[in-house]
Amino acid sequence: MVALKPFIRVQREDFDLQTEIAMLTEGRQDIGAVVTFTGLCRDEGGSLNALELEHYPGMAEAEMARIAELAIARFSLLGLSAVHRYGKIAPGENIVLVIAAASHRQAAFDGANFVMDFLKTAAPFWKKEHLANGSTGSWVAAKDADDAARDKWLKP
Amino acid sequence: MKVKLVYFAWVRERIDKPEEEIDIPETVVTGRDLLNHLKTLGEEYEAALQYPEVIRLAINQEHVDHDEPIAGAREIGIFPPMTGG
Repeated sequence: MVALKPFIRVQREDFDLQTEIAMLTEGRQDIGAVVTFTGLCRDEGGSLNALELEHYPGMAEAEMARIAELAIARFSLLGLSAVHRYGKIAPGENIVLVIAAASHRQAAFDGANFVMDFLKTAAPFWKKEHLANGSTGSWVAAKDADDAARDKWLKP
Repeated sequence: MKVKLVYFAWVRERIDKPEEEIDIPETVVTGRDLLNHLKTLGEEYEAALQYPEVIRLAINQEHVDHDEPIAGAREIGIFPPMTGG
């Protein structure tokens, strides 16, 4: 059997959820579960004007593909898409999309969760804050909680 | 050894350039050696790499630990912990 290839994209423009789901499910009759995760830009209580997403071109796609392939193998997924945006993103706009398709729901939930936990800690993207008061804020700091979320998948 | 260095996020801002090609002395063997060497190149490098233990490294676009040998690397990425998603 040929190993399933994930759909991976890093792009400036927005994505459409229905279109992305259809890319995985169209013409398929073996998929019983599709889980989607969309990460959006928050306004942080009105203080944030935009996030600026920087990435390492080439490595970002490669890391996302590596993580996606781990998830496909581990959870026997039938389809997986990961799309990450870069550039300036306003509150309310999409940042990231993960779609996992599987025979049954648990694998689809776990697959999407796994991809997001690893993507946050290993895919080379960085967020810079632009504040509502017009100033450029700081680079978002990495969170220990994100490392902990990833590490729960590494326990035997 | 000549190698291309690429910088991201606040490492890029503090060094004030996105990438450069530098000549690395033979005494620089590991990623950790490279960071310590770069710190001697000027104030901007000192500011970017003040806490080398938090810095992440990638050789030829793959994550590596600081003790990884850099011999043969074409491109070394130097950047802070990632905050995507």
